[in-house]
Amino acid sequence: MPLRHFAKWALIAPALALLLLLFITPIGWFIAESLAELGSASEVWLEAKAVLGSRAILGAILNTNGIALTVTLMVLAIGYPLSYALSRARGLAFSLVLICVVIPYFTSVIVRTYAWMVILGRNGLINQVLLGLGLAREPADLLYNRTGVIIGMTYVLLPYMVLTLYAAMKAVDPRLLQAAEGMGAGPLTVFAKVFLPLTLHGVTAGALIVFILALGFFITPALMGGPGDVMMAMLIEREIELSQNWPVAALMTIVLLAITLLLYAVYARFADRTEEGFAR
Amino acid sequence: MTGSILRLAAIRLLVVLLCTAMLAPIAIVVIASFSGDGYLKFPPDSLSLRWYLRFLGDPRWLAALWNSFLVAAMTCLLATALGFLAAYAMARGHFSFRRAITALLLMPLIVPHVVTAIAMYFLSARLGLIGVRPWIAVAHSVVALPVVLVILQSALKTVDPNLERAAMIFGCTRAGVFRRVVLPLALPGLVSAMLFSFLTSFDELVISLFLAGIRAETLPVRIWNSLLLEVEPTIAAVSALLIGVTCLALLAEWAVRQARERSATATR
Amino acid sequence: MREEGFAGVRLERVSKAYGPETVVREISLAIPQGEFFTLLGPSGSGKTTTLSMIAGFTLPSQGSIHIDGRDATRAPPRARGLGMVFQNYAIFPHLDVFGNVAFPLTVRKVPKAEVARRVAEALAMVKLTGLEKRFARQLSGGQQQRVALARAIVGQPRVVLMDEPLGALDKNLRYHMQVEIKEISRRLGMTVVYVTHDQEEALTMSDRIAIMDRGRIAQMGPPREVYERPESAFVAKFLGEANLIRARRRDGALRGAGAARFEVAADRPGLAEGQVFVRPEKVRLLPEGAAPAANQVAGTVRHTAFLGNVVRYEVTLPEGEVMLCDATNASGTVLRQPGEPVGLAWNAADALLLEG
Repeated sequence: MPLRHFAKWALIAPALALLLLLFITPIGWFIAESLAELGSASEVWLEAKAVLGSRAILGAILNTNGIALTVTLMVLAIGYPLSYALSRARGLAFSLVLICVVIPYFTSVIVRTYAWMVILGRNGLINQVLLGLGLAREPADLLYNRTGVIIGMTYVLLPYMVLTLYAAMKAVDPRLLQAAEGMGAGPLTVFAKVFLPLTLHGVTAGALIVFILALGFFITPALMGGPGDVMMAMLIEREIELSQNWPVAALMTIVLLAITLLLYAVYARFADRTEEGFAR
Repeated sequence: MTGSILRLAAIRLLVVLLCTAMLAPIAIVVIASFSGDGYLKFPPDSLSLRWYLRFLGDPRWLAALWNSFLVAAMTCLLATALGFLAAYAMARGHFSFRRAITALLLMPLIVPHVVTAIAMYFLSARLGLIGVRPWIAVAHSVVALPVVLVILQSALKTVDPNLERAAMIFGCTRAGVFRRVVLPLALPGLVSAMLFSFLTSFDELVISLFLAGIRAETLPVRIWNSLLLEVEPTIAAVSALLIGVTCLALLAEWAVRQARERSATATR
Repeated sequence: MREEGFAGVRLERVSKAYGPETVVREISLAIPQGEFFTLLGPSGSGKTTTLSMIAGFTLPSQGSIHIDGRDATRAPPRARGLGMVFQNYAIFPHLDVFGNVAFPLTVRKVPKAEVARRVAEALAMVKLTGLEKRFARQLSGGQQQRVALARAIVGQPRVVLMDEPLGALDKNLRYHMQVEIKEISRRLGMTVVYVTHDQEEALTMSDRIAIMDRGRIAQMGPPREVYERPESAFVAKFLGEANLIRARRRDGALRGAGAARFEVAADRPGLAEGQVFVRPEKVRLLPEGAAPAANQVAGTVRHTAFLGNVVRYEVTLPEGEVMLCDATNASGTVLRQPGEPVGLAWNAADALLLEG
């Protein structure tokens, strides 16, 4: 029974109101009022140019994109075979692989980050193994630098990629692969000419979502990174927590939001198209 | 022939390694939490419950646990209620701006939590709501809502609209249709939505960090504050506890789905 | 507000528009108590929307609906006192057979003992006694259909709506259910409003059929009347195979493209040209070629289809038109082969002149 005009809006209104009052409005208000502190529009423009031109902030923007890109590639490289295994596995093997993906996925980000701090620290598991095997003379610096950030973020974001890719791979009709084999294609050819093209939309969707989430990352780089690994989200937080500099935080927020929403729009369009194109 | 067997073995080995790597950090934290050593070391030299005892003996940790539980419980109820109504409207109503509404409802997943948190902090500070637990739950509901919506939309998709029509023609009011047909059929999805919205709030850090103040410190906030000082093993015990809650929630969700499937295939 | 004189379902100039698109246009009809009435039409003809308005799921944009003498135009579905069988049955998956059939009674707070008695009666009527504890997924399609039927009649409604109830069944089962539904409806004296796109089903079951086309009722009447006396080419073609031959009035007589002369029942002298309608089974195969008489044409067999009880010939007339002729496969029938010249003839009483 379709809902009447009034009923459907009445039902969806509470959810929309929550988002409007606690999400959209505060973001808009915080940006508007913080920028208003600077004065007129031309003054805002001058400040924006000065802030965005400063080395610290330019560095953070570059860092953020560099880290996000590296993490996306790492996640893709690890996630693709894992998703493939998941899409092929049956019974117990499937359950085991799924558990290995899902438990980390639903574990608190701070707990997952902490786990890697335990592993990568100076007294951590890896350094003990390295020292014990005589592969290193003194503990390697794996934490509080770029390596730590990349490892931690890759771990945290991997499940998003696996679950996206899994959906795409599951939708591939196995008869297509059999048909290709039947026509004499070797396993590599089947993969390159049939399987990969059919799952490419999943790769794009997964990479976009991981990149978007990586851009706004805060907890993991803040705990595992060093002074050279400041990302945009951290910078925004510091401007407010340490220096109470709302205008700069607002300007950074605009930049971060703009990139995020732009990529989200691309993702949404893309996800829409693939849904139509690949629906069975 | 041997080539393909080798390739298969290599793929299997790779998958086993990757799976181990996924689970290992979590296992290591759990093992480390039972350490008997004075500082964090893996593998531990001795085993004990001392860090759990220290956790349970520290009123600040206990208060954080209680805060987390309370906020998560409230979030779970609020987000699931609002999400259910919205998911029902989306499933049964024709909206002209459907895609825009969906994009808006899912937005809190995409917008960096730091941005959301700062904006909420900006608002809450003005309203004097820093450190108020129900308010933190309302804030958490913003990020839990998309999770609930995704789950419930797919749950409601399986409820044939003709079932609701049938209930209406056989004498039900709108409320009756809801109670007698929609609710029982959407129940497994509802349980999942409640569990995952609870987890979302229970594990949330960034928004709590800004809104909790000192009065309403949650478990993740307390972990964060301790981590900035030192990597003490008490955190391992708390983390193991959080992992336990996650596993419990996943297990409960799995059990509900199993029960559902079993009844669906019963006496075939 | 009880109106005197009409128990049953009455629609008065009912229209339904969705935005600029009108799906039902000014439909008026009166279904007396106890009649088996069918809305027949292709998809998009407005038959389902009409049923939905009678049920109360859709509100009409204009017009009024009266059920059992009461104005029910804006009444909610639960207040209309109807039973209904849905497409794909709509059996509640969380309730067993008993729960499903008892639903209309428990919702209306009927005492337990009476619920048990009436459910047992309804199940006996659809021959499902003993399956009370089964769930829908443990039933065959035919059994689910019976549960839906029992649920529709258990509340003893005076009017039962059926929306393509047999669409999901295979042909054999379909026929059995047609007979059974018809019998139950007669026994209980119910008014049935039945929606289908299957003309055979409509002809078999109905007391009266309304053929719908683009939101309007194209024709309404008993099965034999609408089949044999269609008022338009649309109705003629929708209800089965039809020969429609172009004809023009010359020198006071109807003539085809060649020399053929046609006579029809109830001629309409006002029509200068039109189509002569005759059903294939009313067309005879002549032993020899055609004589130059009225309603006789000569042609060549183009295709012979052996259908078992009937042989269908496609015959090409010299002017290029194709006619169908259904000959019964009576004892000693010799099949005509493609290429053979044949003559066709029919009675003026079986032919009509239609516009178009």
